[in-house]
Amino acid sequence: MVSAVMSAAEPKAARRRDWLTNVNAWLLLLPAIVLLAAFTHYPILSTLYHSFFSLSRGGEADFVGLENYTYMLEDDVFWQVLRNNIVFALATVPTSIALALLMAVWVDKKIAGRSFLRLAFFTPTVLPMIAVANIWLFFYTPDYGLLDQFLKGLGFSGHNWLGDPSTVMSCLAVMVVWKEAGFFMIFYLAALQTIPPELKEAAEVEGAGRWYFFRRVTLPLLMPTTLFISINALINSFKLVDQLVIMTKGGPNNASSLLLYYIYEVAFTFQDTAFAATLTVTLITILAGVALTKFVYLDRRIHYQ
Amino acid sequence: MSEIVVNAVSKTWGGVGGVDRISFKADAGTLLVLLGPSGCGKSTTLRLIAGLEEVDSGTITIGGRDVTHLSPAQRNISMVFQSYALFPHLNVAENIIFGLRVRGVGRAERDTRLKKVADIVGLSNLLERKPSQLSGGQRQRVALGRAIIAEAPVCLMDEPLSNLDAKLRHEMRTEIRSLQQRLGMTMVYVTHDQTEAMTMADRVILMRDGHIEQNGAPHELYNEPASDFTARFIGTPPMNIISWQDDAVLGVRPEHVALVESDGIPATVKAVEYLGADSIVLCDVKGETVSVRQSGYCALPTGSQVALGWQNRHIHLFDRNSGKRRADSALNR
Ligand SMILES: Nc1ncnc2c1ncn2[C@@H]1O[C@H](COP(=O)(O)OP(=O)(O)O)[C@@H](O)[C@H]1O
Ligand SMILES: [Mg+2]
Repeated sequence: MVSAVMSAAEPKAARRRDWLTNVNAWLLLLPAIVLLAAFTHYPILSTLYHSFFSLSRGGEADFVGLENYTYMLEDDVFWQVLRNNIVFALATVPTSIALALLMAVWVDKKIAGRSFLRLAFFTPTVLPMIAVANIWLFFYTPDYGLLDQFLKGLGFSGHNWLGDPSTVMSCLAVMVVWKEAGFFMIFYLAALQTIPPELKEAAEVEGAGRWYFFRRVTLPLLMPTTLFISINALINSFKLVDQLVIMTKGGPNNASSLLLYYIYEVAFTFQDTAFAATLTVTLITILAGVALTKFVYLDRRIHYQ
Repeated sequence: MSEIVVNAVSKTWGGVGGVDRISFKADAGTLLVLLGPSGCGKSTTLRLIAGLEEVDSGTITIGGRDVTHLSPAQRNISMVFQSYALFPHLNVAENIIFGLRVRGVGRAERDTRLKKVADIVGLSNLLERKPSQLSGGQRQRVALGRAIIAEAPVCLMDEPLSNLDAKLRHEMRTEIRSLQQRLGMTMVYVTHDQTEAMTMADRVILMRDGHIEQNGAPHELYNEPASDFTARFIGTPPMNIISWQDDAVLGVRPEHVALVESDGIPATVKAVEYLGADSIVLCDVKGETVSVRQSGYCALPTGSQVALGWQNRHIHLFDRNSGKRRADSALNR
């Protein structure tokens, strides 16, 4: 009789404990959930919703189905900024990663002034993009700029670097690589320091040269970092457009405009929020695709320690 | 063949640590153990032989060839690290054949040698695993496999068993020893565990603070310790060292001390450690501890009064200041 009561009471108590644990966990998560929901999830859904409606301008917005999307596919500027963005990503992502790796390997060695070098490489990261853009604007200024003064010293004539559609993208890419590489270097540096020095010694005893060791051991062991950095760099190449506001405003003739900057123009200069919503959904889809590739495909093919 | 000769080799870091003018020889096909407490310079010595550290002075020859300034690869050696140093992204097979690949050995030969070595170290059905999927003992075997596949005449090991549990350690030490004999390798083996040294070695070099305290066969270190340091380091439990005359200390092994009826040195039992085959009776003699080995189970209660005795031929005398063995010791009856 007594034991029957006990056994009935016990699961009850356990269930109550479970319930309290759950409530506790949810309460702890609540602030983050509220912030994410209010400023990330709701805006995404709302943007998606608006991309299916016509521009309201005070009156009622009509449901137009995929009309905004068809319009987007027929918009030459959209295709141009998308192409620009892809070119920009292809130019900046591999270069900044390669440079970051090179710098990390260099400052990982026991050389004099190592801390100073690390700091020097990291400095561009600390600067705000707006400040960096202003500095480089001075470099690229026709005639007076650092670049032109240097070239003039060598006997070349001045060039409007940012005003020429054929050079503007390269100029911006160089600047972004300069700014980003130092940041990525820090990740590589941290990863390099987790590789035990005995691996190097074991390889040395087996007769592996430095290059062989780098190719067959260091590089594979850095793969998780490389993946992490590439995803970040790729996302940044779509996300970071501050420099355009300062340096080119997307010009000349949209030659340097990127997708996000175009969205900004459409939304706040042309006040076409419905089309801006459509472009935003497209951008989010691209970024989500990149992230998914990492989680679903690449993660499986890389060695994690 | 491939004997190793270390001649007056020194290595310090800004005057501290390292080793100071050490000389010794490892005969071809024998197992030499570098033994000593932590920080005495064993790893430094081994790394100097491997070429992973550059000597400050002195010379090293392997098989008659002066290798003092050669790179590790040119010395034709293999090495097993304490941490195993396995490549975490490569599977067992790739780890083992790493060196063959570096040297461009053809695929067919690689495969035959891998098969042979995997059989020897007992990893044949684990070749596809990554190191992270292996137990400590299995990782140890991979490191061993990588060391022997090169068929280098000299193999260097730095505390290879210190990360294993006691049972596995015992197993592996027998295996390494028989492998060394079967393959006829010259092996230099670093350990801080005197049992390991005594059981495996042809010759033991006991080190202390960067110099060699004693160099001899295991039984020489045990039966004729050159100093009280050696006497205290070798043996479980180590030799009893007690004050004797003004300028000397007396050493006697626990198994040579007997509990006697009369005429003995009075002592008080402090504790009894029962080990199964025998018991160690820890006695207090005028503030110094003397351990006595008794066979079987010993039921002396703590605090009981006993008398200790030993035969003169079993005693060792050491100089109190230098710690050096006295020439006349043990013979002085
Ligand atoms: N790379 C190094 N830099 C400075 N001191 C070192 C270095 N390697 C070893 N030492 C010093 O040399 C001494 C011997 O070290 P080691 O040979 O590693 O001892 P162990 O006998 O424990 O293997 C220690 O005092 C250690 O601090
Ligand atoms: Mg050591």
